[in-house]
Amino acid sequence: MTAVLSTHGLLARYGDFQALYGVDIELHQGEAVALIGANGAGKSTLLRSIMGLLPVGREMVLLHGEPVGGTATDRMVQKGVAIVPEGRRLFTGMSVEDNLRVAIDQAARMGAKGGWTLPRLHQLFPILKEKARTQVQSLSGGQQQMVAIGRALLCQPRVLLCDEISLGLAPKVIREIYAALPEIRATGTAMIVVEQDVGLARTATDRLYCMLEGRVTLTGRSAEITREQIGKAYFGADHGVV
Amino acid sequence: MEWFDALVQGVLLGGMYAQYALGMALMFGVMRIVNISHGDLVILLSLIGISIATAWGLGPLPVLIVLVPLAVLMGWVLQKAVLNRVVGSDPLPSLIATFGLSIALQNLMLQIWSANSRSLPGHGIESQSIEIGGIYVGLLPLIVLAVATGLTWGLDLALKRTRLGRALRAASADVEAAAMTGINPRAVYAMATAAAVGILGFAAVFQALRSTVAPADGPAQLIYAFEAVIIGGMGTVWGAFAGSMVLGISQAIGFRIDPGFGVLAGHIVFLIVLATRPQGLFGKALS
Repeated sequence: MTAVLSTHGLLARYGDFQALYGVDIELHQGEAVALIGANGAGKSTLLRSIMGLLPVGREMVLLHGEPVGGTATDRMVQKGVAIVPEGRRLFTGMSVEDNLRVAIDQAARMGAKGGWTLPRLHQLFPILKEKARTQVQSLSGGQQQMVAIGRALLCQPRVLLCDEISLGLAPKVIREIYAALPEIRATGTAMIVVEQDVGLARTATDRLYCMLEGRVTLTGRSAEITREQIGKAYFGADHGVV
Repeated sequence: MEWFDALVQGVLLGGMYAQYALGMALMFGVMRIVNISHGDLVILLSLIGISIATAWGLGPLPVLIVLVPLAVLMGWVLQKAVLNRVVGSDPLPSLIATFGLSIALQNLMLQIWSANSRSLPGHGIESQSIEIGGIYVGLLPLIVLAVATGLTWGLDLALKRTRLGRALRAASADVEAAAMTGINPRAVYAMATAAAVGILGFAAVFQALRSTVAPADGPAQLIYAFEAVIIGGMGTVWGAFAGSMVLGISQAIGFRIDPGFGVLAGHIVFLIVLATRPQGLFGKALS
């Protein structure tokens, strides 16, 4: 089966600092994959490289078999890849509705087709309807995360990249946000979820990749990988692959 | 009554400054670019307008109708050909590029139009006045103020209600996040500069109607636009309008105190605002 998205020997650097050393990952239709690893392992860098936010070689990222490495971010969105960025990166000074409308506008401009509409998003996160006129900077962290997820969904993605969507949120809010993921997957959207909480990552995804110092150190089915294997791959005691 | 008259004249003068300042506020708000060639673009468009009027025997309104689309095109080309290559998180490259452009434009204008001052024939509109409450008010300054108010209102509405406006605001807030929603930042920047220079098309016609213009006049117009935007608060449309009013009123009152003090009074108010409230009267303080 051809992967929806894959990376092949992906290298990325910030100036003189090499952040990724030949990373290979695959994502299939409707699949949810977790990326776990300690801070600085290269998880966010991997998502940024896929999204065209870092310069990478053309053949290093394939989307439906087409080389897309280094493609401009707006073109990646047009090709059906959206990201919920780390830190949410909402448009401050704009209301919840205007933040979401920016994505709706661009999807319409690009002729992107998909099932995500504002009413459907309001069903998924009812609070966004209630807070439609509120400036995004006035929202709680959880509500801001819902706007960030909503904004990405309204781009009508076939591949959704989620970077640390539980970071800094209360457990109740995290459960609420993760409860929405099955509905997103039900639309056929494949997902990569960067997650610090290993337990959460294992229960919410089909497969996982563990990264350490810019390399993939472990991969396998989330339900089958043991905590001991993750512990070794996470902290670098053993770089074996399951 | 004398001071009330100064206030009225200041508001009318502010209308002219608002037309200079709106485009600068838009470009700074979206791209964080201070366009040093801003004033030279006004003068260039004025001289083009005067040449069109002379060659085709057109009045001010037809000149405006021809000049504004031309200005929009000029802004779009300027961004695509020059500014998109230098825009970024570091403001210095764009500052240097627009400074160089300013000098190049001044020399280009000298080459084509010589150093002579010229004006746009207004067929009498520039000397007409109407009496309002015992004060005679020039018809042209009233039109300038009405157009400035309309442009500010229209630009504010466009930023809030249109697809392009939302894209401009999104790019202004976080350009990388804007790209993550599918916005092409360079296309949005080109539209912002096209709109900014398009507004200068209006300013150019009114500037050439109310006084004479010469190739070396650009830097003075830049200073007034810059001061108005700083007083009002960088990046806010109504702030630029209000800053223009404050500058106009300061100058008009300064002129009443002493004819030589008018322009200096504006500069002093600008410096006081810069020293005491650097974010401008209507800008938000950086946290």
